[in-house]
Amino acid sequence: MIPVQFYLVISTLLFFIGVFGFISRKNLIGLLMSIELILNAVNINFVAFNRYLFPNQIEGYIYSLFIIVVAAAETAVAIAIIMNVYRRMGNETVKSIKELKN
Amino acid sequence: MELITANNIIFALLSVVVLGCGLLSVLTEKLMHAAFYLFLTLVGVAGLYLQMSYDFLAAAQLSVYAGGILMLFIFAIVLVHKIGENSEHVRMGKKVWAGIAAFCGIAVVLCTMFLFGNFSADPSTDQFTETVNMELIGRTLLGTGKHQYLLPFEATGILLLACIIGALVIANKEKEDKE
Repeated sequence: MIPVQFYLVISTLLFFIGVFGFISRKNLIGLLMSIELILNAVNINFVAFNRYLFPNQIEGYIYSLFIIVVAAAETAVAIAIIMNVYRRMGNETVKSIKELKN
Repeated sequence: MELITANNIIFALLSVVVLGCGLLSVLTEKLMHAAFYLFLTLVGVAGLYLQMSYDFLAAAQLSVYAGGILMLFIFAIVLVHKIGENSEHVRMGKKVWAGIAAFCGIAVVLCTMFLFGNFSADPSTDQFTETVNMELIGRTLLGTGKHQYLLPFEATGILLLACIIGALVIANKEKEDKE
């Protein structure tokens, strides 16, 4: 059986890959993709802890389900905001939303 | 203890896919390629869930993430981004700083984990052959007792409704302003 530490290492690496992308990306859609990576890393952690340490309960499982749903909602709203920004400013990089009011 | 079993090989492949495609998705300059690599990463994560024999979670991951969210991303890229013309050029200094920050984070977390975290897995579960009962998931999501989650479920429903309305309002604002 694979030790739980392996899952935790994968989750850590994926999380910080996401953090790296979040810092280094200029594009808003790229930022959003990095956030998805981070959320996935957290999900792996929840599920691995649930499966290995408390296999008879499903708290982490349910929590991951809720995280997936909230991620979907967040992505939908963020993409609407990005499209609005693009229509107003003409491009979708981070620099273009330095000012929020006209 | 055998080292090369089918389980371990599949796990190694999945971890390579998840980490490699995640890294490529962050590093690539073209957004469409990034979306494709993100898709592979999400499928790999679903594979990890299957490895722990959490079937329903893997299905939810595939249908919501790889099916829904990624489709949103691709629509946004096609609608917003000028493909091919505007590949982003990130300054090298920013990338270096981001790399240093990420590396420090990885070092801290892994050191903490291996120094202080001695997780002893339940020895009775040698192989994860049994999956979670679907009835149990349903009762947990829609029950009102202890360790049951009806209230968060309803709150999620309200969140989704608010999200739909909010997305519509935000995306339509320009038209109203013109009138």
